[in-house]
Amino acid sequence: MIKTYISPALNEKEILRYARSSENALPAEAINAINILPETTVGRVVFDIFEIENRGDILDLGFAKTTSKNLKKNLEGCNKIVLFAATAGIEFDRLIKKYERVSPSKALWYQSIGSAYVESVCDIFCEEITREYGKTKPRFSPGYGDLPIEMQRDIFSALGCEKNIGITLNDSFFMTPSKSVTAIIGICEQQKGKF
Amino acid sequence: MLITDLIKQSLVILDGGLGTLLQKKGLKAGELPEKWNLSHPEILTAVHKAYFDAGSNTVNANTFGANCLKFSENELESIIKAAIDNAKEAAKQSISPSKKFIALDMGPTGKMLSPLGSIAFEEAVNIFAKTVRLGAKHGADLIMIETMTDLYETKAALLAAKENCDLPVFVSNAYSENGRLLTGAEPKAVIAVLEGMGADAIGVNCSLGPADLMPVIKDYLKYSSLPLIFKPNAGLPSSVNGETVYDVSEDEFSETMKEAANLGVNILGGCCGTTPEYISALYNSVKDISPTKISKKSFTVVSSYSKAQVFSNSPLLIGERINPTGKKRFKQALKDHDIDHILDEALKQEDKGVHLLDVNVGTPEINEKKLLPEVIYEIQTVTDIPLQIDSSNIYALENAMRIYNGKAMINSVNGKKESMNAVFPLMKKYGAVAVALTLDESGIPETAEGRLEIAKKILNEAESYGIDKKDIVFDPLCMAVSAQPNAAEITLDALKLIKDNLGCKTVLGISNISFGLPNREALNASFFTLACENGLSAAIINPYSADMMKAYYSFNALKGNDESFSEYIKKAPELITEASKHLSAEADAPTGTELQKAIISGQKGRAAEITKKLSENNEPLKLISDEIIPALNFVGDGFESKKLYLPQLLMSAEAAGAAFEVIKAKGALTEEKHKNGHKIVLATVKGDIHDIGKNIVKLLLENYGYSVIDLGKDVAPEKIADTVIRENAYIAGLSALMTTTVPAMKETVTLLKEKAPDCRVIVGGAVLTEEYAKEIGAHYYSKDAISTVRIADELTKKD
Repeated sequence: MIKTYISPALNEKEILRYARSSENALPAEAINAINILPETTVGRVVFDIFEIENRGDILDLGFAKTTSKNLKKNLEGCNKIVLFAATAGIEFDRLIKKYERVSPSKALWYQSIGSAYVESVCDIFCEEITREYGKTKPRFSPGYGDLPIEMQRDIFSALGCEKNIGITLNDSFFMTPSKSVTAIIGICEQQKGKF
Repeated sequence: MLITDLIKQSLVILDGGLGTLLQKKGLKAGELPEKWNLSHPEILTAVHKAYFDAGSNTVNANTFGANCLKFSENELESIIKAAIDNAKEAAKQSISPSKKFIALDMGPTGKMLSPLGSIAFEEAVNIFAKTVRLGAKHGADLIMIETMTDLYETKAALLAAKENCDLPVFVSNAYSENGRLLTGAEPKAVIAVLEGMGADAIGVNCSLGPADLMPVIKDYLKYSSLPLIFKPNAGLPSSVNGETVYDVSEDEFSETMKEAANLGVNILGGCCGTTPEYISALYNSVKDISPTKISKKSFTVVSSYSKAQVFSNSPLLIGERINPTGKKRFKQALKDHDIDHILDEALKQEDKGVHLLDVNVGTPEINEKKLLPEVIYEIQTVTDIPLQIDSSNIYALENAMRIYNGKAMINSVNGKKESMNAVFPLMKKYGAVAVALTLDESGIPETAEGRLEIAKKILNEAESYGIDKKDIVFDPLCMAVSAQPNAAEITLDALKLIKDNLGCKTVLGISNISFGLPNREALNASFFTLACENGLSAAIINPYSADMMKAYYSFNALKGNDESFSEYIKKAPELITEASKHLSAEADAPTGTELQKAIISGQKGRAAEITKKLSENNEPLKLISDEIIPALNFVGDGFESKKLYLPQLLMSAEAAGAAFEVIKAKGALTEEKHKNGHKIVLATVKGDIHDIGKNIVKLLLENYGYSVIDLGKDVAPEKIADTVIRENAYIAGLSALMTTTVPAMKETVTLLKEKAPDCRVIVGGAVLTEEYAKEIGAHYYSKDAISTVRIADELTKKD
């Protein structure tokens, strides 16, 4: 399933934090950078729902198996998960590449705005999932704690990230577009879902 | 029978979803479906057979992700062989009477191409090439490149297919909800690239249901001249009781597909969520429809990785500033490999509102073959403006066209056999819109009709390569009006003739027209307006010229190309400039004798008349040394100090020539007496056809008594050397205007030094500088015609 998000609200504080700026408000350069984002900029999410099963040390996530203790703890009390990938799109990579050559400060702003953009998309999507399925756990991504980054490969083939929302994975598990996130959201068991 | 033959006879029905069916049969999420070709051949055969039975003419072998990134070499071959064998077995088993074909299916590699991602363009081509070769080896009937979400990767796949097999190639892209590919390309841009590269059919698949993709397929119907593929999903997926279901039913699906068939889509099928039932319904709904005859579209389109520029009534502006000719700073940047300077120039022109950027990096001492593709690639990392690749080095051109992400404009081809033989095959392979210069082996015709004839010749030759006339944009060439007063008129007439008789688009490099005159921008702008009125489709211009931009916005505003004058009004504030400074200073009033006044002011008739009178009582040689030469010197000095302009210089030279004629006619002056005994060989070097400057040099040298042997333009080094030796000429003058011909100049200089070591070589031309002259080994650099005379005088004095 795919969802799209046009102009998600951006958290100014987050943008400043990503840019390591100690100012209190976005400077004109950053505001301008946001204003001239191409019309084609859009956030996209692809997701699917899996039933999960605990088998001793192994946690079967429906699309992959893992021995991650941190994830197991995160998913305590869950029998289903929403697996998703979100991206702010390739436009940010283009802008960053461009301004790295001609204006490093603008490049930094686009780095920061892009990160805030995809986080905002994730937040909105997670809220929607919570609204739809009841109580959920905080999202958990490969690379957090002891959940290996290698799981990206399983996520990509389970969700068809490239075909559906245009995210690709390189051999070092870097995603392009770079402003992309993959994560697992646990859906708590006692809640009623409509699936 | 080939699938391409079947397309001409009937609608072609493709298959439906495969992945979703395999999942129902137990394929796990995350499991590689291609492995099932070997482990579950009977399931694959059964699915393919169900599609054939439902009416499919073509099924995709289960090779969507079969590439060497996912499988080892041996594994890849067995997977592809098994995939095709399974489909062949299904074709054999099916009782359907339809013609049956098996496609090698190729989806994306899963990796993003650089500059955004990690794999190089050629690497992607190689990955696809391996799959293509195996597919062809094991008996696929066609290549189906599908679900491509990035234009660059699509180009890599199509190039690999074209280079590694002779099978028909179908190419289908997946568009997202905003009607673009996920990496930004709009349909027009995709169509331009794929059609240009010679795909046999193109279209749209996956991502959305048929109704949601209808706007995209309608764009294809509008712009494409190829058979179209439409293979949408069964709508949008959702999860119901843990199962993925799609929201468009078989009936709804086949109804919309029927509508598409009636609109002109000839190749139909389904993607995710569609099953043999959908295909059966589709087959039944369209089985009585005959295929639409595809009309040829005449849009001239160039594109970048995302944006298409369609030639229209409003002229396109092509920024000319990425070019070393006459730009010291730019030449230095090229030498220092200072790419950032070039990128800066690209972005600055983009800000000025140009539609395309000309990219020329031809300069001595750089490896253009390597640098041009690099610069093209780098520019595409900072801007999505389509590019015009400008080079006369065919290897540089090919390398750049290959790596270019989009359908490029190329500059240029001309009516010479050699040029067409070199450029047209590249256009055929990579797709491009070419600037075609109306000149050939016999030069630039002096009449508009002559230029039209060359245009016709170029079109005929292009056609023999299968290149459509929409991809040829004619440049009827404009010469300096100062050297040839009717130059503008000829060019304007030629524009109109080409447009009216051939229906072709046109382009002009505007600024040549004003060469040698003051306040060039004013003339350029007026000429541009006249050319636009005569139907000019695109102009290569300096976008920093406010005059030029004013002319452009004014023309569009006046001709109804600028709806509610929005562009004009938007640009008005930035185009208000100070009145141009009065650059041209009046020449000092003519002084001296009557004859001198006549020569200085360029009065040919009067100069002859006075000479006739004077020669009655005066020694002819004294007339020359005391009257004519000082007058010429005066004009020459005025020209050098920019008080006089080229036309005035030429007029004076002609007036002086008239005076000489009179003296000669009186029999008082034999050839030998006037001639100073020094021979000079002049030539415009090989590859260059610009000879205005050289002709002026000739005129002046003759005035000053030199015997000039003029070899003309585009002269081979050997010919120049041979002539110098044969004539025992002490001086050779070489001219070149284009950066691309400087190597030929260098070659000539080297040869002359070797074969005629006594000969002094003077070089000149717009592209040269003192520094270059030294670098290529010339003895002297001459910045203009007068200084050539001065150098020659100096050299011969020493003797």
